[in-house]
Amino acid sequence: MILSTCGLTKAYAGVAANTDIDFDLPVGQTRAIIGPNGAGKSTFVGMVCGRIPATRGSVSFDGTDITTMAAHERIRKGMAYTFQITSVFQGLSVRENINLAARRRLGKNKLAVTRKTDEVLERLNIANRSDQLASNLSYGHQRILEIGMGLAQDPRLFILDEPTQGLAESEVDDFNQLMKSMDTETTILLIEHNMNVVMAVAEYITVLDQGMVLANGTPEEIRANTAVQEAYLGTGHG
Amino acid sequence: MTSTAKSNTLHFGLLFFLAIAFLVLPEYHSGNLARIMILAIYAMGYNVLFGYTGLLSLGHALFFSAGMYGLGLTMHLNGWTPAPAFVAALLASTIVAAIVGFLVLRTTGVAFMIVTLMFAQAGYLTILYFGTYTRGDEGFALQQATRQLIGFDLTNPSVRYYTALILFSVVLLLLAYLVRSPFGRTLVAIRENGERAKMLGYNVTAIKLQAVILSGVISGASGAAYALLFGYAGATFATVQYSILPLLWVLVGGAGTTTGAFFGVLFMTYLIDYASGQTNAYLIVVGLVLVAVTLFLPHGIVGTLRNKYAGWLP
Repeated sequence: MILSTCGLTKAYAGVAANTDIDFDLPVGQTRAIIGPNGAGKSTFVGMVCGRIPATRGSVSFDGTDITTMAAHERIRKGMAYTFQITSVFQGLSVRENINLAARRRLGKNKLAVTRKTDEVLERLNIANRSDQLASNLSYGHQRILEIGMGLAQDPRLFILDEPTQGLAESEVDDFNQLMKSMDTETTILLIEHNMNVVMAVAEYITVLDQGMVLANGTPEEIRANTAVQEAYLGTGHG
Repeated sequence: MTSTAKSNTLHFGLLFFLAIAFLVLPEYHSGNLARIMILAIYAMGYNVLFGYTGLLSLGHALFFSAGMYGLGLTMHLNGWTPAPAFVAALLASTIVAAIVGFLVLRTTGVAFMIVTLMFAQAGYLTILYFGTYTRGDEGFALQQATRQLIGFDLTNPSVRYYTALILFSVVLLLLAYLVRSPFGRTLVAIRENGERAKMLGYNVTAIKLQAVILSGVISGASGAAYALLFGYAGATFATVQYSILPLLWVLVGGAGTTTGAFFGVLFMTYLIDYASGQTNAYLIVVGLVLVAVTLFLPHGIVGTLRNKYAGWLP
């Protein structure tokens, strides 16, 4: 297992956002976490990557208990995280954004940093914008840039929090292609609202509802699960 | 030219002009310029933290005076020569910056400003408390006989000018190198978006602490050089006024630019010099000009040039 959580719980002033979540993610899988608004999806991945301190429970990454580690230490172990609300370095160029992500891992090896940056820019089709300021990019390109910052870290676990939110349909198709091209490279943990994306890219799905795990299964199993349909998909829309 | 070549041309060009300025300017102005260069070192130190890392301190007079008294007291009381006294000044400001940084980085935003201000006030009061040694507000002069460095008399105007220029060059070129280095880029990243930097795996608190220390040491070097070259150390330099000044210099010159600190000090010094020659109410004039600069050049002199005409400006 690349990621396991045991009894992971978050309570805000007594209100439970996540309750006793046991979660296992095998190496190489593309996993989607779905659930209605307020189901606690972002809270869950926030606790996984260390942005949100857990009230109780434990997280282990690749066999190591990381529960007490600070966020930056967890990232250094091989996680990458993209924010739900686009979070890039607005005042820096596209290239510099990717550079910062690559440099943290590759360090002083300038050649390797440049090579990695070029590779990511090419792969995401934004090489022609590499000198633009991130703030001058369209919203869609900023989302892509953010994913690029994740890719540049060559993560062993890539956590994406609602990456397609606000994207146009054509951009969503590109995103699906990108996810599929990555599924042999890394383990992906995807929070997603867009069911088309989930059904297209996820190998396995975890459904959260009211801060608890409601169901686990393949896309087909989740589609057929009546409890999920009631709680989330809406009967007949599966 | 690449942006690196342009940046080198700018920095070495500025230093070249300063090197010949002494030969062509009347003594009054070259004396001013020596002081401006020393204070510009202080402004550059401040700029590391404010302009590049995005942390607004209101307590840098503490670091400036740590350097000033680190050199001043060891020379005045212990009879040290300038070189070891300067090293003592750097050590003193490093230690003070490390301790203060360690504590204040637990706060952010307005709290950071207030806590840095409080530490600086505590420093000022400490200087007054130990008035037996520091002579408090009155301060003490460093005797001409002691201000000798490898056979040069630092009280001689030309020696003083070129010593100031050498120190200024070292700090300017260091800063120019720093802002292009991975460390400098990381500081800018933290300024732009600390949360994102953290989630790329950077230890933001540790990097900020390094920035506080670097900023403090450069400020301390300026304080030490000021005492050494102008022969005086006094508690006035530890007051809140000397914490506000570098902020004004950097804002006027251009926060987050390598040369803005120098032009900010230059502009402010001559503004005050000129206005006080015209009227006793010169602070009103200075205030109005500062308001105008903030309105029309919100990114400062060099910052506005960079935004409008020369994006390569470092």
